[in-house]
Amino acid sequence: MSTNNLAETTAIETVAGVGTVDLAKSTVRDLNQALHDQHDEMNIQEWEVLNPKGHHNIAVGIDQKLKIDIRGPAGYYCAGMNKEAEVTIHGHTGQGVAENMMSGLVRVKGNASSAAAATAHGGLLVIEGDAGSRCGISMKGVDILVKGSVGHMSCFMGQAGVLAVCGDAGEALGDSLYEAHIYVKGSVKSLGADCIEKEMRAEHIEELTELFERAGVTDQDPRDFTRYGSARQLYTFKVDNAGAY
Amino acid sequence: MSEKRKYMTEPRESATFDRSTMSEIRRAADTGIYDIRGAGAKRKLPHFDDLLFLGASMSRYPLEGYREKCNTSVTLGNRFAKNPIELEIPVTIAGMSFGALSAYAKEALGRGASAVGTSTTTGDGGMTPEERGQSTKLVYQYLPSRYGMNPDDLRKADAIEVVLGQGAKPGGGGMLLGQKITDRVAQMRTLPKGVDQRSACRHPDWTGPDDLEIKIKELREITDWQVPIYIKVGATRTYYDVKLAVKAGADVIVVDGMQGGTAATQDVFIEHVGIPTMAAIPQAVQALQEMGMHRKVQLIVSGGIRNGADVAKCMALGADAVAIGTAAMVALGDNDPKWEEEYQKLGSTAGSYDDWHEGRDPAGISTQDPELMKRFDPIEGGRRLANYLRVLTLEAQTLARACGKNDLRNLEPEDLVALTVESAAMARVPLAGTSWIPGQQPF
Ligand SMILES: Cc1cc2nc3c(=O)[nH]c(=O)nc-3n(C[C@H](O)[C@H](O)[C@H](O)COP(=O)(O)O)c2cc1C
Repeated sequence: MSTNNLAETTAIETVAGVGTVDLAKSTVRDLNQALHDQHDEMNIQEWEVLNPKGHHNIAVGIDQKLKIDIRGPAGYYCAGMNKEAEVTIHGHTGQGVAENMMSGLVRVKGNASSAAAATAHGGLLVIEGDAGSRCGISMKGVDILVKGSVGHMSCFMGQAGVLAVCGDAGEALGDSLYEAHIYVKGSVKSLGADCIEKEMRAEHIEELTELFERAGVTDQDPRDFTRYGSARQLYTFKVDNAGAY
Repeated sequence: MSEKRKYMTEPRESATFDRSTMSEIRRAADTGIYDIRGAGAKRKLPHFDDLLFLGASMSRYPLEGYREKCNTSVTLGNRFAKNPIELEIPVTIAGMSFGALSAYAKEALGRGASAVGTSTTTGDGGMTPEERGQSTKLVYQYLPSRYGMNPDDLRKADAIEVVLGQGAKPGGGGMLLGQKITDRVAQMRTLPKGVDQRSACRHPDWTGPDDLEIKIKELREITDWQVPIYIKVGATRTYYDVKLAVKAGADVIVVDGMQGGTAATQDVFIEHVGIPTMAAIPQAVQALQEMGMHRKVQLIVSGGIRNGADVAKCMALGADAVAIGTAAMVALGDNDPKWEEEYQKLGSTAGSYDDWHEGRDPAGISTQDPELMKRFDPIEGGRRLANYLRVLTLEAQTLARACGKNDLRNLEPEDLVALTVESAAMARVPLAGTSWIPGQQPF
């Protein structure tokens, strides 16, 4: 289905160059197809999604530099596998927001449920509220900035990228961590297996400063943060570590 | 002969403490760590050899062996997908990761499968260009680790297989030891080179069938509902798993029995978790039938399939297609006696070599070592695999025609009998010469 067909079925209205899809009138399928059609057409770069009402899979699989504003709460996997697009959720979001994101920017104005940016390979996720459990689970290169706190098991098996938390972190932070960098300003309930506190060196201050800049965060000082990383003791299987497996 | 010797009995090996068991005790005592290996369960299990076909005679009409057609093609994934997969033969190549296998071996699998019109499958570790290039139909696995997972490859796939488990290790994750994490493998998995990599056993962003339903919709949305979505489970509580998989929206369900091979896991896992392939099929078929979904959601069965008789038996029990892993590796040349001397040096012998995780495979298939890899020619490997797949198909057709069937999928449980009480109970077909199906009717 092309956007033209959709326009005929009133799924999309274009006002001053902004494509508007009202999910009270059209389906998530219509919306995603219209966004995917931009891959060939690229005639509407700005989009607004009305009445998201917690629908799942909104704006998934986008691979163009679109700007998408979702006016309300979204369900699971919002902006999943995003490439290049800038997606803002003006509300809370469900499980797996920006899961497996490759590039682009996803911003959640409210709170995010569990598994935010799970396995994401690149791009930036900014959560202005709190994030639930397993934030950044198996992350593979994404940068995540949480202005509030994160739940338990965050950054589990984190492979690459940065997780910065301006609030507190729950239990078992960074369990079985590979090479992801974790920064927390507040308290950490407990560290997971093979995750340790590490020295904050100049390059880490720089990394955080740069992240704050990209995320548009101006009220944080990188020096207030503590760094956590992998002790790399579980990297090769050793009998002496049996208790940790 | 001395008096003492005359009355001495032959040394007797314990059936409980046999040689292999005792050597494992010694190995455990030496190293303090469990045994990790590749391949599937090696113990004797009730299997397809315990089933026989009842050829046609007076009450059934056979088909002419070389004259009358016996269809082998099958369509997979026409429940929701716009572009279902059309296979010319019902034998597919199971998912085996790039990492576990060399890029050349993956290429050969693609060549062989494409030559006979069937599909091949990626694995933990992502899609390689070699494999995509050589496979006309490629199934892309969506695994808990999500190594190399990206939307571009997802859109290049002809089908997506959400992997919940494998028959060799239901409930277990993957394992790739440091020796095999070369630069290329490390880069595809975003890991430091040389680490022992443990892939997760649970998906990171969903738990349970209700979440999975949403996850599957996400994958469909990303791919615009074009390609079929499979769900792969290791055979355990197959009846319930299949019901939940249908509910979650699968187009195709893959059930992998405990004989199924793996690249690497603990021996204790391989030998002691899961149920035999033969026992899983009737459970899966019952679940599908009860939901009115048999043949609508297709069933692919794997785990220990070796010849056309196994293929035909799976289909007679209600499968739509089968998948092979270990047999495909053997067809490519793995465990070939021509490398015997080298297998001996590794403390093994051709036919028993299963240390695929160590990356020292003399046949150059389950390795990332550039020198060993060179031993394997993907064109020749592809040719051998295609030949083998043709034989499986011809054999299955032979049996189907003998039962009077002009389509492999017309084979039915009624064409089978069992040789043992166990196999009769598991396969739910009568013990040969009786009408007794244990568990279904009283004796
Ligand atoms: C070397 C090797 C690697 C495998 N890698 C994967 C994998 O990455 N993902 C997966 O779902 N199954 C994997 N499997 C399991 C196969 O997909 C399949 O379930 C199994 O091989 C079928 O049993 P069979 O080997 O007896 O034919 C692997 C199996 C082998 C032998």
